[in-house]
Parts: sequence; C-alpha cells; structure tokens
Amino acid sequence: MRYLPLTDTDRSDMLATIGASSIDDLFVDVPEVARLDGPIRDLPMHASEMAVERHMKGLASKNLAAGDAPFFLGAGAYRHHIPASVDTVIQRGEFLTAYTPYQPEIAQGTLQMLFEFQTQVARLYGCAVANASLYDGSTACWEAVAMATRVTGRKRAVLSGALHPHYAQVVKTMAHFTGDEIADAQPAIQTEPDLEGLISRIDDETACVVVQYPDILGRISDLSKVAEAAHAKGALLVAVNTEPVALGAIKSPGELGADIVVGEGQALGVGLQFGGPYLGLFAVRDLKHVRQMPGRLCGETVDAEGRRGFVLTLSTREQHIRREKATSNICTNSGLCALAFTTHMTLLGEKGLRQLAAENHRLACLAADRLARVPGVSVLNKAFFNEFTLMLDGKPARDIVRDLADRGVLGGVSLGRLYPGVEALQQALLVTVTELTTEEDIETLATELEEAIR
Amino acid sequence: MNAPNKSGWKPEMQVSEDGMHNGPSTTTGNRALMLEEPLIFEIGHAETTGVDLPDVDPNAPTRLGGLDRSEPIGLVGLTEPETVRHYTRLSRQNYGIDLGFFPLGSCTMKHNPRLNEKLARLPGFADIHPLAPQSTVQGALEVIDQLGTWLKTLTGMPGVAMSPKAGAHGELCGILAIRAAHEARGDAREVVLVPESAHGTNPATAAFAGYKVEDIPATPEGRVDVEALKARLAPDVAAVMITNPNTCGLFEKDFREIADAVHVAGGYVYCDGANFNAIVGRVRPGDLGVDAMHINLHKTFSTPHGGGGPGSGPVVFSEALMPFAPLPFVRKDANGEFALVEEEAREETRGQTFGRMTAFHGQMGMFTRALTYMLSHGADGLKQVAEDAVLNANYILRSLEDILHAPFADSGPCMHEALFGDRDFGGDLSTLDLAKGLIDEGYHPMTVYFPLVVHGAMLVEPTETESKASIDQFITAFRHVAERALAGDETLKQAPYYAPRRRLDETAAARKPKLAWEEPQE
Repeated sequence: MRYLPLTDTDRSDMLATIGASSIDDLFVDVPEVARLDGPIRDLPMHASEMAVERHMKGLASKNLAAGDAPFFLGAGAYRHHIPASVDTVIQRGEFLTAYTPYQPEIAQGTLQMLFEFQTQVARLYGCAVANASLYDGSTACWEAVAMATRVTGRKRAVLSGALHPHYAQVVKTMAHFTGDEIADAQPAIQTEPDLEGLISRIDDETACVVVQYPDILGRISDLSKVAEAAHAKGALLVAVNTEPVALGAIKSPGELGADIVVGEGQALGVGLQFGGPYLGLFAVRDLKHVRQMPGRLCGETVDAEGRRGFVLTLSTREQHIRREKATSNICTNSGLCALAFTTHMTLLGEKGLRQLAAENHRLACLAADRLARVPGVSVLNKAFFNEFTLMLDGKPARDIVRDLADRGVLGGVSLGRLYPGVEALQQALLVTVTELTTEEDIETLATELEEAIR
Repeated sequence: MNAPNKSGWKPEMQVSEDGMHNGPSTTTGNRALMLEEPLIFEIGHAETTGVDLPDVDPNAPTRLGGLDRSEPIGLVGLTEPETVRHYTRLSRQNYGIDLGFFPLGSCTMKHNPRLNEKLARLPGFADIHPLAPQSTVQGALEVIDQLGTWLKTLTGMPGVAMSPKAGAHGELCGILAIRAAHEARGDAREVVLVPESAHGTNPATAAFAGYKVEDIPATPEGRVDVEALKARLAPDVAAVMITNPNTCGLFEKDFREIADAVHVAGGYVYCDGANFNAIVGRVRPGDLGVDAMHINLHKTFSTPHGGGGPGSGPVVFSEALMPFAPLPFVRKDANGEFALVEEEAREETRGQTFGRMTAFHGQMGMFTRALTYMLSHGADGLKQVAEDAVLNANYILRSLEDILHAPFADSGPCMHEALFGDRDFGGDLSTLDLAKGLIDEGYHPMTVYFPLVVHGAMLVEPTETESKASIDQFITAFRHVAERALAGDETLKQAPYYAPRRRLDETAAARKPKLAWEEPQE
C-alpha cells in the first residue's frame, strides 16, 4: 500500500478527533443492503511494483508494436516520429499533475501553453479562432455538425461518402437522438471524389456539408467549389482533417472556404496508443461564430498590476453555467495531448512542418509507384498526400492484411473493415507512408504483397 | 535573459503600493527563480527548427492535386534547447499535485504513481495502431477485458462500455443507452430529472441527448428530496440522474428507495460516478439499483489530469441496459482469444446497440494506467483507499467546523469531501478572497462556489494520498486565512500577492476576447 501515507496510529488519532469509534461509523449512511464486509472476492490483493510490472510487460509483449515491423497503417491514426523532448515536457509534474486552470494566478503555465496552441491550430487551419481541444477528431466532427445546426437553425447535415466511416457513425448515432437529419452516401470507387454528387444534395434545408480533406481514400480535392455551393444555399462547410501533417503541404481548409474546421491532432506529438487518448481540434474561420463554439477557450487579459496573463474565458457558453442550454456537455479538454501537440509544433516550426510534410509526400509517391508495379495491384488515386488506396485484384483486402501480418508486415487498413457492407470496397487497401517508413520497408511490402495476392 | 524578443514585449514587474512585496523591480521582469516567459511567437522564427529532417527538393514534382500550399502558415519554431527551456519555465508557473496539497472538491486530485506512466509507455501499448490486425493486438484487447472485469466486479454491474472518452462523455453514453432501451420498447419518454446538487454536465448531457430537463430540489440536509422526486415520477420520465456520493459530500441514504420508485415508474437510474473513489471496495452501486454509471478513471484510479485532460469515462450497465451499450467492445472467445466487435450486424449486439460514440476504442493509454494502479492496490488496497479518503475528509470537516460554517455537518458523516459556506465573513470579503489568500499560503484553493445549493460554497477534498502531517498543516493555514476573513482583513481582497500573477481580469477577457496571438501593429 505504498501510495497510502496514513499509519494506523494516525487513523486512530483522527477517528478520536472526529469522535468516531471505528471507520465503519463513517459509512453509517450506506444502507445495509449495499454494505460490504471484507475486500471484494474474485479480485487479487495488492501487489509489489515488481509484480505489477511483470504482469503488464507480459500483456504488452502480446502486441506487435508498430516500430517492430514494416508499418503502413493510417485511416485516422498516424505514426510519426516524436522528438524525445516532447515526452520530457509532458512528464513535468506541474503539467502532468495539474487540474483544469480554475485558479489562473497559479496556472499560467497551462494557460499560456493553451493560448499558444490555439494560435498554432488557428493558423494551421486558416481560421480566426481555435478552441483548447476536444476529445478527438470524431467527437469534434459531431460537435461541428451540432454547432452548424445552432448557427443556421436547420437540422440537416450532408455528409460526404468519403468521410471517415467512424466519424460518420458518431455523427449518425448522435443525430438519431437529437432528431437531426443526416444525408450520407458511400464513396464512389474512382480516382477523384464525386464533388458534383455531393453538391447536388445541398438544398435550402441544409445546415452543413461535411467533407474530409484529404479524404478516407487519401484523395485531395478543391473544397472551394463545395464551399461556394454550400454558401449559396445558406449552409456552412465543415472540413475534417485527420492528418495535420498534410496541412504543411496543402492549402488550409479555411483558405478554401470552410466555415468550421475540425480534425484529429494525434499525428503531432501524441502517438498511436491503440486509439486514445487523442486530440480533437476545432476552429472557426469567422470570429462571429465564436460564441457558438463548444469546449474551452483561453484568452489574454491583464492582472491587477497590468501584466499580461491568461484565463479561461467565454465560459457562459459552457455546461457549468448554462446547464441544459450549454453549447455542449463537454467539461474537459485534452490538455496534456494539446501540450504534446504544441510542443512538437514548436520544435518543427514553419520550416520543420513543411520539411516533414515534403518528406512524407516524397516517400508516399515512391511507395505508390513501387506498389503499382506489383502484379494485380493498381493505385486508385491521382492526388494524395501520404496515404492512397490500392485496388487489389483477387482476394479481399481483409484477408491480404491478415496474410501480411502473418508475414510480419503491418500492410495497411482494409477499407472493407471500415465499410463492412460495401461490396465495391472489399478489395481496397489503404496504405499510409510517413517519414518513419524506410525504402526497405516499401520494398518488403511490395515483395510480400506480391506473394500474398498470388 | 530570455531569447531575442522580436515584438519587444517585456513584462512590467512593479512593486505594489501596499508594500506586500518589497524590493526593486528587475529589468527582465524575472524574480530570481521565478522567471517570466514570452510567447513562442515572440521568441521564435519561421526559419528556426528543433528537428533535423531531410531537405526535400522544393522543385520535386508533387501529386497534391494542384492544392500545394503557397502562402506561409504563420508558424514559428524554436531549437530544442529553447523549446525545453520555454516549457520548463511555463511549468514553473503551474500548481500540480506533485508540488503540494490540491484539495479541489469533486475533482479528486490524488498522487499519480509514476509506475503507471512508465508502463503506459511500453511500445507494446503506446505504439500500436487502433486498426492493426487483431492477431497482433491481443495483449491490448486483454487489457481492456481485464480492466472491464475489475470495473464490473467493483461496481457489481454485469455490463461495461469502455469507449467513452471522459466523464461527461460517459454520462452521454449512459443516457443514450437509456434512450435506446425506451425506444426499443416503443416508449417515447421526454423528461430526465436532475437533482439540484448534480454536476452541471448532467443537465447538459440530458439536453444533448434530446431530453427535456427538470430539476429536483435538495432537502435542507443536502440530499435529494425523495418526496418531491416521487411526486414527479410519471410515464414521461425516462431517467433520473443522481450523483452518489453527492456533491454536498453526502451519501444518498435513500438511493435504493429512489431507484425502486423510478423502476416501478418505468424509468432508469443514472448514477454520476464521479465520486466513486469514496466508496470503492465498500459499496457496489449495482446493489443500490443503479442502471448506468460512469467511472472517471482519472479520479478513482489515479490517471493524471494533465491540466484538464485527457479523461476516461467507462460506463457500467445493469442487465436491462447491457444490450444497448455502444460499439466497439471486446469479447473473449471460447479458445481464449480476444475479438473486437465493431459491427452492428454481429450476433452479440442483437441489433440493439445505440451505435458508435468515438472513432476507436476509448482511452487505451488511460486503461493501462488505471489497470496498473488497480493491480498495485488490489481489492484490499482499494477498500483502504475509500476508507482513508473518507477519514481525511471527516477529519478536515471536524477540525474546521468551529470556525467555518459547515451547513451539512449534522447530516451525517461526509464522504470524500467536506463542504463549507461563507457565512459571517467580515467586511465585503467573499469566498473568492479566502481562496486567493490560500494561494499565498502555498496551497491550491479548494473548489469554490460549487455546489450551488450552498452560498459561497467551499468544497475541500483531501483524497487518501495525503498524510496526516500535510492535512494538519493545511488545516492550520486554512484556519489562519479564515480568521482573517472573519475579522474582515481587507488585504485579502488583493490576494494573491506572491503568485506568478496577481488577480486576473476575467471580465475584460470575456468582453473583448483575445483568443490568438497577433503580430503587434507598428
């Protein structure tokens, strides 16, 4: 019980001060039906640090870490190099073990960091304001749809078929309960996204159009056409980005006319972690929408001596004040993940982010060309950043991924896993390449894929 | 000196007129070990970088669909030493549990064991992809399964959903399952009842799930008014959301009676489990008639709060709600292998799951930390956790009730937190002034102005990881500041004096929001 400082003497002294004869006296309000006598059976007793370490290492060893195999998975979670100093920073106890900055005078470290983070995200997205983060990209996507319905007073969202299916499912789950109407489609298997089809579904009842950029098949397209069409009908454009590194190479969604830009920040500084914790990014292009934003915002102000300082602000949008009229029920953010993101972004800077993006793209182009030469394989995309879709001639991609794993290669994400019911996508394999991919890894994938597909 | 500062910004450090901190002003704005730090945008440059990446030929052909970025993003970089120094300096302007006692009521700031951090960083946990082939992530699925088993056993509830990302997300999960269960039996109910003492997230959650919210008053003893609640029960009530132990720090004695009445009326009982740390190992919520309850892993099982997140909010379910739990979930096959159920069509879901509420499988990084902590404490240690947390809170309540108004001191023992009110302060001093005074004494203040049922509330939660000596020292400091407040010591109105910042103007921040850095105008 190494985490419990009270001694038995302390305990009896304290009970005496309270005027209780035993600890049970402090639980008298628990009805008898719910009182437990001894420790709960069926659970182990306390264990030493060594024993716990052994147990957890045993569990960890049953997993194949991404770094231990040629690795090509993406689809909303990306493996990038994380500079060692990022972990040094987030392990500082004053960041790691702090709470929400409710007392700003002794939380300036967290608050200034969040202000810097908000500025970085807003600039990356081409927006006026970003919040201090949400849970992850998928929940941020629903929050954007909910915000669009508040802003426009309309209840219909048009989802691109090439929006990450998990994101679309989160939106549909929530909309079912709020009574919002969702129009979505499956992605057409073609070189370029079907923007005309998307635009044709926008009407006078549409609150927003949701597009992913680059999309789930890795395709990149000019959002400004969709933005114009949406704005012409009084709807908002929501752009979703799952790979922030891409924005070091391509135009920002804000620049292309998106009104709300949301995304997943995991790729910078956070790490894969089997799906979480991740980091939801959320920004609006126009300052006038700021009071409809969900989540926390950090703002600049001055202290009683006129010195610059930072506080959480505009909290009259939030649940602890507005209760059932709040913009969202969220009461936290991903503070520590935001710190990892902003630290990594600070290390990269403008120059580093652009170099990182260029290196990702260079290796992805190399991989696409090499894999296209594998018999029975073709590359669907004309345009892409660091992930693209392979069309396989033969076995379903799910089986190929399993075969590749048996051969020690984590070869990509089967789009059939993401779209289980869609026949046309069963032979599509999404391959992702980052700066951590070596030319050797690409060659290994090509060789093993050739074997697996035979 | 700090790095070159292109905006020319320099903090103006003045000596206050009240003479509370004497000494000359410094040219840097620093005060010995207390260092001022500009924003990265004021010290960084577009061409500076702290990483060494290959140079890519700028004229290399791209396949970016003609959308190549031409304009600058507007980011700045720092080298590695500058980066480490910047964030280290910022960290020194923060209070964290590693620095000292952090008695924020309802927030449960306890020691964060570093073993949890070390093990969560094993590549076998930290470096695995959520869509990796299932044969390559069996250990991760086993962690989810083991943690789920602990949560089900500790709560006496048969089902668990692991994917919710935080406490409020867990509330949403529970309420969506309740709504799905009503829908499945063709029973369209519209109202969720929320007692006054509930967390602000509860009504927001119910509204976000499409419900109308109605308040239920509290009794003068600080508990749910059972008669008022029973009187409101009707066929339009979908659920009641109750926090237990509640936000007045009290155990809801009549919980079982309330739950039975709600069930008879065809509704479900949602329990906000944010305060589970007070009863873990001593009470199983399943025995009280709970249908759904979220558990804040960061509060009860010590995953660090990280300045406000990330959290993790798994939800346990009764038999009645289990079929409606969200996707995905982990199943153990007969052959001992773990499988992830991701699709609604699979047999196990019986087509009743309410769907998916987040992209992947929840906060895996928090799961490994929480499981590590549970294994360290074991069933016996967790029971001791609840007992010590409750003992520490009652010790504070009884040690300060003679000087501070303790509105529910006669309502029975408090659980994990002691609640005080602001009656009898001299002058126009407020709870906020007392809180800021505690900062000068080296403490993070308790939670203030919450719960709303008590005027000028002060909610003190010591948790189980404080020693008697540390609590005694806090009591002495609190008593001293309280005496000053009672005596109307006006200097408290200017506190804090010794923090990195004096009182910050929150009104100005909201009136003219400045939410991003902008290049100063010439």
